[in-house]
Amino acid sequence: MSTAAATHDDHHDHHHAPTGLKRWLFSTNHKDIGTLYLWFSFAMFLAGGFMAMVIRAELLEPGMQFVDPEFFNQMTTVHGLVMVFGAVMPATVGLANWMIPLMIGAPDMALPRMNNWSFWILPFAFAILIGSVIMSAFGDGNPSAPNFGWTFYAPLSTKYGPDSTDLFILSVHMMGISSIMGAINVVVTVFNMRAPGMTLMKMPLFVWTWLITAFLLIAVIPVLAGAVTMMLTDRHFGTSFFDAAGGGDPVLFQHIFWFFGHPEVYIMILPSFGIVSAIIPAFARKPLFGYASMVYATASIALLSFVVWAHHMFTVGMPLAGTLFFMYMTMLISVPTGVKVFNWVATMWRGSMSFELPMKWAIAFVVLFTCGGLSGLMLAITPVDFQYHDTYFVVAHFHYVLVTGAIFSIFAAAYYWLPKWSGVMPNKTLGELHFWNSLISANLLFFPMHFVGLAGMPRRYADYALQFADYNFWISIGGFWFGLSQLLFLAVAVLCAMKKGEKAPAKPWDGAEGLEWEVPSPAPFHTYDTPPVVK
Amino acid sequence: MQSTLFHRAAAGLTSLMISGMTFASDWTERSDLDLRPGVTQVSQDIQDLHTTVLWIVTVIGLLVFGLIVYSMIRHRRAKNPNPATFHENVFLEVLWTVIPFVILIAMAVPATRVLVQIDDSAESELTVKVTGYRWKWSYEYLTYEDDNDIGVSFFSNLATPPEQYNNPVLSGGLFPYGTAKELVGKEAPEKDHNYQLEVDNKLVIPSGQKVRFLVTSDDVIHSFWIPDFGGKKDAIPGFVNEMWAKVPEGKEGTYYGQCAELCGKNHAFMPIAVEVVSQDEFKTWIAEEKEKAASGPDLTPFSGLDQAMEEGKQVYASACALCHGANGEGGIGLPFAGTDFSTKPEYLNEHIDVLVNGRAAMPAFKAQLTPRQIAAVVTYERNAFGNDTGDLIQPADVNDHE
Repeated sequence: MSTAAATHDDHHDHHHAPTGLKRWLFSTNHKDIGTLYLWFSFAMFLAGGFMAMVIRAELLEPGMQFVDPEFFNQMTTVHGLVMVFGAVMPATVGLANWMIPLMIGAPDMALPRMNNWSFWILPFAFAILIGSVIMSAFGDGNPSAPNFGWTFYAPLSTKYGPDSTDLFILSVHMMGISSIMGAINVVVTVFNMRAPGMTLMKMPLFVWTWLITAFLLIAVIPVLAGAVTMMLTDRHFGTSFFDAAGGGDPVLFQHIFWFFGHPEVYIMILPSFGIVSAIIPAFARKPLFGYASMVYATASIALLSFVVWAHHMFTVGMPLAGTLFFMYMTMLISVPTGVKVFNWVATMWRGSMSFELPMKWAIAFVVLFTCGGLSGLMLAITPVDFQYHDTYFVVAHFHYVLVTGAIFSIFAAAYYWLPKWSGVMPNKTLGELHFWNSLISANLLFFPMHFVGLAGMPRRYADYALQFADYNFWISIGGFWFGLSQLLFLAVAVLCAMKKGEKAPAKPWDGAEGLEWEVPSPAPFHTYDTPPVVK
Repeated sequence: MQSTLFHRAAAGLTSLMISGMTFASDWTERSDLDLRPGVTQVSQDIQDLHTTVLWIVTVIGLLVFGLIVYSMIRHRRAKNPNPATFHENVFLEVLWTVIPFVILIAMAVPATRVLVQIDDSAESELTVKVTGYRWKWSYEYLTYEDDNDIGVSFFSNLATPPEQYNNPVLSGGLFPYGTAKELVGKEAPEKDHNYQLEVDNKLVIPSGQKVRFLVTSDDVIHSFWIPDFGGKKDAIPGFVNEMWAKVPEGKEGTYYGQCAELCGKNHAFMPIAVEVVSQDEFKTWIAEEKEKAASGPDLTPFSGLDQAMEEGKQVYASACALCHGANGEGGIGLPFAGTDFSTKPEYLNEHIDVLVNGRAAMPAFKAQLTPRQIAAVVTYERNAFGNDTGDLIQPADVNDHE
């Protein structure tokens, strides 16, 4: 069926595909918007990575060598914000845009004009945020960029925030609007645009995890918007939400922020679960083990993510009963997460595995994400968290789940679907170099952070006591190595975009399953004008 | 620079290799691979719990990774060309839901026990109020045994001199290093053993007695943490948190800690140092401090400009340089070098007033510095950095200032 549809699409394409700048500015096509999201997120990944390398350069040796502690704080803050809101989230939205309609047999996203808007807000949001850093860096005597950490705790960000805090608030509002619109689009598309026969429990797991992610986004992004609005009124309109002197409570800020912030970490990781659940069966040549339990585990993780937020705040002085509740709930979340890991291992078990690039990244994801999950379980044990809290142990933990977790899975997805997007196979040599350099350097970068954290080095420190020097040196070397390795992926992506490389067939991976492999490579501009029938 | 980097690489590699075998007894000796056991019962219970949990997650991790590696070898396409087709197994799925649950309960029980113990700060013998400031700590002794009126309090500042940490290699442009440009390329003095940890006034507490800390903040959120005592507590403006420590007898000595919650520019520059002494020594010390506090401020005039300048230089380095720059060039605070404010006579009274009572972001220093220190530092600011007013301010001038 799809061959006929595709031929028709090609014809259609020929007459109506817009060209030039207008094609991208006014695009309502889910594939073009997906591409925009993916390029944008990669650009932000490089920008945020550059900031991380400034941080690591300063921490290479004890003493202040390159930047002033004030600019150091701006770097840690904006690095975090850019990576979370600019790199990981838009990358998964880009994947959703490209793949969800193809996977469920829909011609496009349900709300294509809103789709355009939700992307085009982002470059402006980040221009505002990064602009404040550039002004601070290049202008002598200019006010600081945001310097209060990506968690922007009050009152550091309210009463004591720099003038650029207002730019930050505006920027976060814009990112939030973009995320909410993107999420609504996914929900509406999944519920209304599935091909005949594509029941909910037949959907690929990537679609399921994204559907649940979208609900999380709709639930918590407004909470973030509330938090920054309260900051704004505290700063300029005389309210005292977060100021004890006016009857407010600085801890309230943390409760609100983490009520958003904890589901946010699952927003970043759930799509990864979906990606890996597509890739492992494809290269093990064996169906995903426990499909239904994967769906239920994802849903339970999402539900539990609403009742664990205060584990980020064990040291603020909560009552014993509250502390115990959040400790137990946090420990509980490791059960469904464990189920997922076991399911992936069982999928590999007695399969017929080959290790092409997407599979390499996916296996690295399973192992290293599990490392991050296990250190997360350690952090859940509250008395021990009193020691770990706000040290490099925490930094190690969340970089394992976000870099070697979320970002590794995004690379897995890119190598897996690049043939479909571009019509050519990603360059194998560059891809292998990219993988092995990233794998080794990421561990050199993040594993010693566990040790330096246990040894007692607090996070967000511009300078440190001498006993931490050796670890920091190696961490920095790993950091530069990892950062530079990502330029290899830039080369891979540019080659694909220029259509340089081996031509890809409609289904380049013999074990892959799903509707996306039934359209030609590269996927035509319009697909599934006539919906396929799923049996 | 090249040789330093190479040197550090070699030294770092060696110490990474031996660090598994050695165990430093002093926090500042070098970093360990593992969480420190510390000196209190609580910190040791925490370390035991950490060790238990670490073993559990290590075993789980090795088991899972072992299965993955085994499967990657045995179930690769070359070895196993025909994949199995199974895709569910209710027994297995129930098993790997229930077993983790049981393991979690096994971890939750000791965790709850330690948590309940940490929460109990009752029946303390000494109570100290700890207040976080940007970027220093203050300690106020509230009660000791039956004495409810101690009246001893002091501030504790970083004692590492700025020359040791200001080692800029670039200036201007993308990497602004505002306050230390003239140091670019200069040889930096060797860093002390307790670099970034030493303070001017240590918190003194007795061993063998339960000490309760009431932790709060004057500005933003800080976090009070001495790793060897076990755990940290946030210092939150407008709220008072409790924590406690009981250092056993025989463990007297100096213990270091650092601020653990981002509090702005100099977050990394406000260490904590605690001197644990025997109860007898503590009683002598607190009696002396009480006497000093009761006798009122020292108003002996300076013998001359030189004496005031010398004392003022020390005060400036510990209390002013972080914000106003080591050479009065300004930073977060306004500059002094050559400004009207610090050279014109009509501003002299205002100069003293701003120090005593504070203004806008500048905190009031009358609680932190003695009249003698304020007089010395105002004198210093008006006669250093190229300023040459010849003003000599005496302690009595400051003491009379409202």
